[in-house]
Amino acid sequence: MEIEKAILAVITLNESRISGGAPIFICEKTEELEQMAANLEAITDGIAHKLSDEIFIIVKH
Amino acid sequence: MNEYLYPIVFGVIAGTIGRMLMLRTDYRQYPTYLHGKVIHVALGFIAAALGAVAVPAILEMEFTAVTFLTVAATQFREVRNMERNTLTEIDGFELVPRGKTYIEGIAISFESRNYLVIFTGFVSTLFYILWNVYAAIVGAIISLLIAKFLQSGSTIKDIVEIEHHPVHFDGAGLYVDNIYIMNIGLQERQEEIRKYGMGFVLKPKNMNSITTIANLGQRQAILHDISISLGVIRDSGTPALTPLIKRDLDDGRIGIFILPQVRDVERAKKIIGAVPVLENAIRMPSQSKVHNKEAN
Repeated sequence: MEIEKAILAVITLNESRISGGAPIFICEKTEELEQMAANLEAITDGIAHKLSDEIFIIVKH
Repeated sequence: MNEYLYPIVFGVIAGTIGRMLMLRTDYRQYPTYLHGKVIHVALGFIAAALGAVAVPAILEMEFTAVTFLTVAATQFREVRNMERNTLTEIDGFELVPRGKTYIEGIAISFESRNYLVIFTGFVSTLFYILWNVYAAIVGAIISLLIAKFLQSGSTIKDIVEIEHHPVHFDGAGLYVDNIYIMNIGLQERQEEIRKYGMGFVLKPKNMNSITTIANLGQRQAILHDISISLGVIRDSGTPALTPLIKRDLDDGRIGIFILPQVRDVERAKKIIGAVPVLENAIRMPSQSKVHNKEAN
């Protein structure tokens, strides 16, 4: 089976709640978080999804 | 000169005219103008000739000659393959793809129209030989009308009610009415979607249409047609800006989220209404015996 969706990156403000295989980007401020997510979205051709106020994931659909 | 010459020529001409009348290049721009059309008019000519020649063959008791119609069937099935392959190849480069069901629908209609042309050619020639040229003209017109009738299926507005609902966000979730579309994380993207996005809800009129519009191919066809007619705000590499259709599991309504360049509600409604109902998406649960037994 081919995997159709994949988490390409995780961007977070709260390091303690994240672990695992995808690249993790740790930011300090909400603006930085949004900026990072926007850039990664553009670069990876994925979609930035918001899981909570402090966690964004970039998903390839 | 052969006695069958005029009837055959008449049948061929009637059939070819029939094919031309059935070839419409509208907003879909398919078949593509000029070369795509030439191919189909030429194939229509061959089909008309086959239909016309079959009549004298039968009258001369040359029954084996009629078997060449099977060759025609193979030939036109090949037409369907050709159309399917071409459309599938180019579908990957559409901003909003047609989808396999739509492609299959187009391919089927190309094949069936050639058979309608054979029928027109056959009837015209038969009437010419049996009676005279006037009967043949009447026969040709009747078969063209039949072809025209068979050509047009129903459209979306026959099976659903179309309502406009503005898109809105609940947190990161994008909604059309109460139907969840997708999660948009970035504030910036949400602004774009609020600015450019439009939402519509299709309310099925009965049990049959619930199943029909739930079909993924039918939904993709709706998105494709809207995006062609109203333009689409997206580019390769912006997957967040993708028109989507999601279904309300509760009652089978579907929510359409589009990003048109022309944001005119009335026009959008008309265009959604004019999307053809794909033959392959139609389901008729109301025709099921078990269903009816339970319903009564």
